[in-house]
Amino acid sequence: MQDLTQISGNPMTESISTPVKPPIWNNPQVRAIAFQIIALVATVAFGLYIFQNTQTNLRQLGITSGFDFLSSQSGFGIVQSLIPHSESSSYGRVFWVALLNTLLVSVLGVIFATLLGFIIGIARLSKNWLISRLALAYIETFRNIPLLLQIFFWYFAVLRAMPAPRQSFSLGEAAFLNIRGLYLPAPQFQPGFGWVLVALGIAVVLVILLSRWAHQRQMATGQQFPTFQTVLALLLGLPLLIFWLTGSPLSWQYPALQGFNFRGGWVIIPEMASLLLALSLYTAAFIAEIVRAGIQAVSHGQTEASFSLGINSSKTLRLIILPQALRVIIPPLTNQYLNLTKNSSLAAAIGYPDLVSTFAGTVLNQTGQAIECIAITMAVYLTISLLISLLMNLYNRRVALVER
Amino acid sequence: MIPIKTLTTAATVLLLTTTGMVQAGVTLDGIKKNGFIKCGVSDGLPGFSYADEKGNYNGIDVDVCRAVAAAVFGDATKVKFTPLTAKERLTALQSGEIDVLSRNTTWTSSRDSAQGMNFTGITYYDGQGFLVNKKLGVKNAKGLDGATVCVQAGTTTELNLSDYFRANKMKYTPISYDKSDESAKSLEAGRCDVLTSDQSQLYAQRIKLAKPDDYIVLPDVISKEPLGPVVRHGDDDWFDIVKWTLFVMVNAEELGITSKNVEEMKKSTNPDVKRLLGVEGDKGKDFGLANDWMAVVIKQVGNYGEIFERNVGKGSSLKIERGLNALWNQGGLQYAPPMR
Repeated sequence: MQDLTQISGNPMTESISTPVKPPIWNNPQVRAIAFQIIALVATVAFGLYIFQNTQTNLRQLGITSGFDFLSSQSGFGIVQSLIPHSESSSYGRVFWVALLNTLLVSVLGVIFATLLGFIIGIARLSKNWLISRLALAYIETFRNIPLLLQIFFWYFAVLRAMPAPRQSFSLGEAAFLNIRGLYLPAPQFQPGFGWVLVALGIAVVLVILLSRWAHQRQMATGQQFPTFQTVLALLLGLPLLIFWLTGSPLSWQYPALQGFNFRGGWVIIPEMASLLLALSLYTAAFIAEIVRAGIQAVSHGQTEASFSLGINSSKTLRLIILPQALRVIIPPLTNQYLNLTKNSSLAAAIGYPDLVSTFAGTVLNQTGQAIECIAITMAVYLTISLLISLLMNLYNRRVALVER
Repeated sequence: MIPIKTLTTAATVLLLTTTGMVQAGVTLDGIKKNGFIKCGVSDGLPGFSYADEKGNYNGIDVDVCRAVAAAVFGDATKVKFTPLTAKERLTALQSGEIDVLSRNTTWTSSRDSAQGMNFTGITYYDGQGFLVNKKLGVKNAKGLDGATVCVQAGTTTELNLSDYFRANKMKYTPISYDKSDESAKSLEAGRCDVLTSDQSQLYAQRIKLAKPDDYIVLPDVISKEPLGPVVRHGDDDWFDIVKWTLFVMVNAEELGITSKNVEEMKKSTNPDVKRLLGVEGDKGKDFGLANDWMAVVIKQVGNYGEIFERNVGKGSSLKIERGLNALWNQGGLQYAPPMR
């Protein structure tokens, strides 16, 4: 407090007479705290006021509020559900069905967009003129057309051109493609299949131990171990061996035309396919540019140094360039993942039963509880986005430059 | 630390947000101040609300709003139409974006109670049916087991569909779209086998298809769908006006008053006609409107029968029979309380 008061005022006069204590409202620290308290009180009061006002308005309009509706029966069907669901399920169940549909398309979209984005981004820098031009054409086309139009293109133009169920394209009488979707045989697990899963688990543990050991050995002796081949052999071989030993405890349920539609098997509905295609292709174009920027951010001297040590170009990319480029790539990549997840809400335009279309749409309409439904939906998107950010930040910390 | 500038901005925002709050019970005042009625209609349904090439709206639902405007302002053109999807409509009314929703909306108990609405009457007695391609070879709804069904999201239709299939132990796959046009396109493309909706809508959708003759409406009617205008709960003066505008049109048909003969009918000796046309009594004052408002409604928009025939009946391409929508004394259900 004392030193702060001395900053203001003339040091000459202060050295002569004892400093006059300035009034408390002139103390910058007190002021700062006071203003912050006022701001906080105002914000809280504003929030309370909005809440009160909404409550009063709802009551005056005779609109029911609260979250009781989540346990009442929904009474409508949903075309795609990852968990058991029927018309007699509650609105709460509908919420989970819708959320899982959103997560499904987002997670798959992130995976496809990342794979495709990295391939295109690297192709964009290829020395091969044709490849780099093709990559450029891809990027400029897909990132410059609005996503909603792309979704419509896939849904109304491409997938609408598929044949009717009776004229389906068939792949060996096991998989069928028609306007209603792609029908695939569904695996039916027989008793004993659990052992195959156990074998897979053991294989995963072995792989982790093995790669650790191989890494340590290489660090200590410089000898390389054919990790990739061994890992592949373990992951595929062990479960397959057990599968054969337990007498193939797996059968397939094939889709079959019955009445109007194919029944049985798994189906990828066109709403899902077009949304996933559009989201992946669109976001991949942005990721490709991020990857290109990341790679170009790594000094060319690194490549030259690597080549002069006799490391070939694919290993240079994998071991020298990409790890350094990732430091630049990951923060903007996180944004793209967030965008993809949020963009998945465009599902409503083509009838894919995601969170926005089903919960913030149909449920809102059937119950009339707009504020609750929208609040829940916003909270969910916020949570998903923050979770993605958190995970990506953790990963970023791992790959970030360790400063000494 | 929070700079003072931020605080002033916050204060401004606070001021702006709070003054814009919706208050119940002031719809009529707001309408009179605006000078027009904000009316929510369908996003494109021939016969009910449909914009022609010039952008003029036509249809039963549209005419109901025009009639209310004629009642309030003496001018049927003082309406601003807002096209809404099935999903948007109820929220638009609740939030005050529109004053009256006249959009083939089914009267149900939960909409009347929990959702804070008031249905003002029934403009069209409807029921849910199915539209299918003739090639499918289906003769009635019981033959639809296993079908893929296109339906509009957030409607009573969606719920009736599930009830019907469950009650008859049949399976179906629902594809729910926001817009009725998307459902129709999907039916044409073969994404779904069946389009389900209120029968009036099915007829309207059918004439919009590329080959209407390839499709038939199945004979089954699986639900009651009384369609009518809706206003917000808690604004009784406005509720009364919208309600009685419709009753006036029905009563006018019953008394034989049409938009053409309304001036002559003013000379009638029938006291019912005299009261309705404002020649006798002061039925205008009771509603806070001009004394001849009912005559203006009939003159500018017409009686119920005229509206029906013009938009969905003989005078239209839909050619729907009066059926349930005939007057009560002609075997139908349209019945209005007396003007007294």
